[in-house]
Amino acid sequence: MQAIADKQGVKRYLVDVTVNGDDYSVVVKANTLLVNLLRDEIDLTGTKKGCELGDCGSCTVLLDGKPVDACLVLALEADGCDVITIEGVAQHGELDKLQRSFADNAAIQCGYCTPGMILSAKALLTRNPKPTEPEVRAAISGNLCRCTGYVNIVKAVMAAASGEVTA
Amino acid sequence: MSQPTNAAGQPQNDPKLPPREYTHPGLPEPENKDYAVIGKSKPKIDAREKVTGQARYTADLKFPNMLYGKILTSPYAHARILSIDTSEAEKLPGVKAVITHKDVPTLKYGISPARWDENIFCSETVKFVGDKVAAVACIDEETCYKALKAIKVDYEVLPAVLDPLHAMDEDAPQIHPEYPRNNNTEIHQDFGDVDAAFKQADYVRTDFFVGNRTYQAPLEPHTATSIWQDGKLTVYSSTQSPHYFQYYIAREFGLPMGDVRVIKTYVGGGFGGKLEPTGLEFAGAALSKITGRPVKMFYDRAEMFAHNRGRHRQYMKLTTGVDKEGMILGVHADFIMDGGAYTSLGIASAYYAGAMLTLTYEFDNYRFDMHRVYTNLPACGAQRGHGAPQPRYAFEAHLDNIAKDLGIDPIEIRLKNARRPNTVTPNDYVVNSCEMVACLEKARDVSGWRDKKGHLPPGRGIGIATGSFVSGAGYPIYRTDLPQASAMIKVGEDGTAATLYTGATDIGQGSDTILCQMAAEAMGYTYEQMKIVAADTETTPHDFGAYASRQTLMSGAAVKQAGEEVKTQLLETAGQMLDFPPEQLEVRLGKIFAKDNPDTILTTFEDVARTFFVRKGPLTGRGSYAPPKLGGKFKGAPVGTSPAYSFAAQVSEVEIDQETGEVAVLDVWDVHDCGQVINPALLHAQVHGALYMGMGEAIWEEVRFDKNGKIANPTLGEYRLPTALDMPRVHSSLVPSYEPAGPWGVKEVGEGATLPTMGCFRNAIFDAMGVSVNSLPLTPEKVWSALREKRKADGEEVWDPMTCECYLED
Repeated sequence: MQAIADKQGVKRYLVDVTVNGDDYSVVVKANTLLVNLLRDEIDLTGTKKGCELGDCGSCTVLLDGKPVDACLVLALEADGCDVITIEGVAQHGELDKLQRSFADNAAIQCGYCTPGMILSAKALLTRNPKPTEPEVRAAISGNLCRCTGYVNIVKAVMAAASGEVTA
Repeated sequence: MSQPTNAAGQPQNDPKLPPREYTHPGLPEPENKDYAVIGKSKPKIDAREKVTGQARYTADLKFPNMLYGKILTSPYAHARILSIDTSEAEKLPGVKAVITHKDVPTLKYGISPARWDENIFCSETVKFVGDKVAAVACIDEETCYKALKAIKVDYEVLPAVLDPLHAMDEDAPQIHPEYPRNNNTEIHQDFGDVDAAFKQADYVRTDFFVGNRTYQAPLEPHTATSIWQDGKLTVYSSTQSPHYFQYYIAREFGLPMGDVRVIKTYVGGGFGGKLEPTGLEFAGAALSKITGRPVKMFYDRAEMFAHNRGRHRQYMKLTTGVDKEGMILGVHADFIMDGGAYTSLGIASAYYAGAMLTLTYEFDNYRFDMHRVYTNLPACGAQRGHGAPQPRYAFEAHLDNIAKDLGIDPIEIRLKNARRPNTVTPNDYVVNSCEMVACLEKARDVSGWRDKKGHLPPGRGIGIATGSFVSGAGYPIYRTDLPQASAMIKVGEDGTAATLYTGATDIGQGSDTILCQMAAEAMGYTYEQMKIVAADTETTPHDFGAYASRQTLMSGAAVKQAGEEVKTQLLETAGQMLDFPPEQLEVRLGKIFAKDNPDTILTTFEDVARTFFVRKGPLTGRGSYAPPKLGGKFKGAPVGTSPAYSFAAQVSEVEIDQETGEVAVLDVWDVHDCGQVINPALLHAQVHGALYMGMGEAIWEEVRFDKNGKIANPTLGEYRLPTALDMPRVHSSLVPSYEPAGPWGVKEVGEGATLPTMGCFRNAIFDAMGVSVNSLPLTPEKVWSALREKRKADGEEVWDPMTCECYLED
């Protein structure tokens, strides 16, 4: 990885990362977090910061298809990886079935956990298209929501999986 | 007070009682056919923005030349500041300003005007771990942390008050010199004759309960970006009330309110914790004024816990006298609450704690004593349900103890005493609609209470509790004659869209959505054509914001009036266009027809609105709402007054692991009287969320401190926010109700469902194991200990894990 040092000798690294299908080359410090690369460097603020400790899951993104807390991943670790954020879930303005299902099932209140929830749910449905309710609960158990009691979120994921959501 | 004489008052196994039809939980409520737009589960108006990541919260905003700011806080619970040296911090590259108490106004502030006791920065003493000492503005976040480290503060550590029960001791350290004995608020209210009621009673019982310190823990951290330019200040903030922020920020800096603009962005939850301005707004404004640049300030998660303003821990002694039938004759509530280092909204919390106990059951004699004490801990304020949920837990547990002593079924004792509609509480709250009895009966039926109570397998139990809450506070937080809410509607020039302008504040609960539904209903328009501009003190008309469950009723009333004004003007123009008497015309979903011939569409909203614009200019409507004068004449009488009260009953079924004391909640049934419903899907979602928060507080959540007053668990994981795996099956249902004081008969829902939860879990545990857990949260450890004590008392062999010996207690 290319590195250059600043006046104080602190090194900067050039990270090549694909985000939502677009290629970016970004200069970061060794301690730059993926969540800050996304939010500050390429202005994808749909990825939220709620705790910066890996407790809340608000910053969940898909890193090579796997849901990760972007606050626990160094930007350097994402070099050469494929990242999907909430901005990359809808295709050509068409909402994903999970996004529609969240809207239809009143699964959104303040919306702060919503991006992370949808990405955790998306990862689940990709590997297990017909999950049981306990499987849905387990898949989103790393995403905290303070508004909904998860009732309608679980309902929305189940509805999206069962194809109940209208196109 | 009326005596309950209906069938509900009969013993539960009375064969004369008709069999109850069981309602199937989980079925959607039928939609209201009388209305075109309200009563329907419309999707949230901001759903698309929120599911695509387009919704911008305050932390997502960037401004040209923006700086980042952080606050330096106290590491000690109580200490004297001897000196502050900022010189090293100022020398660091990238540091643009370092400020202390010398650089900011010294006017004391606080959301409660009765006790302004906070300063932007401490000058003499710090009063809790996290108290504000200095702030920095830097070119990036990393530089901020370096700068904070470089500020040198010399402290003389002082003895601290960490135990609220000893805060009023004669030799306790004094926290605020103005408030001797750390006495922040003292309340003594007496209604009727409690002593006579106790003398007359067949049975008098006293119980003692302790609550827990909990925190709202919204997922979005508090953030504020302040821009001070040309003597005018703009603040983008994660706020529940742009109005109170504007009022207090203007007051602090001596600016006219017109020179302070507060704009709410999307807010990631509040639950009471974002009602009052914080150091972020005050320090940020000062830093922006000094640097001439926008300054973005934010709390991290640990700083949020330290700023707190969450639920007070209360110590609650309750004495109640009943007759042998279980009718409540008199109640004495004697409470102490740990206020923390500052007042916040705590005076109101203190009044609410006792005042709201009079709502769900009818009794004439009531005494309420309260001390809210200062401690060297983070300040407590208003959390969902305000001061009421812990006393409600205590009272519901106390009532179950009484019912057990008298051999009365817990639902029966509640039905006997349940409040009836059109009654007045001993503390002068006027209750119009009230379906407490119907809530209890339905909760009994949907939960299968009769089949379960006394018939569940060992370790399983079922419990019930009630709750009631205001639909908006009768009086604003500071004294003013401004109306509670106002609204404007502007119809576009071609009539294809209309914009609602409201100061009401959507923090996730969905007020933007339901107010647009209400506007469309009142105008005869469609929801899909509505747009909204909300919660910006410059562009939207005044409203006090999101607290005390006020917006559906109060903001809704203003919106309804504005919509009706549009409709009147529209139909007048339609009448001129059609040569038809306007009073005989009606408009519904954008279609105009004669009232006596709704099938023939004469013209459309759009055509008439366009004609109106061509002839007269903008088609607009205005509305405002002020409640009637409410409440009695005694001290503190305004607190808890409201135009309307919601009522709820909750039943929960739990399973206790008898070896570990672990409580598994299996099902919870909430039955609510919340008046007419504007959006059923959002309403039930409010119940789910309130119940979730109540359940977290009941079983897991607690802010804990080490021996130096430092928070021991300032993370969401260690604080133990419940996850999707922790939630039981939740069943939310309603009883038919109509509130005459609310627009279209509405009442509150968002906070009320938090009230019964803690009590109904405690009572379910009581039913399952016969043990009473008298403090929150109802942790496995406490349940286990209570079980152990019971076994000892029963003479059973008890294994002592400390000695690893099995012995018989003597």
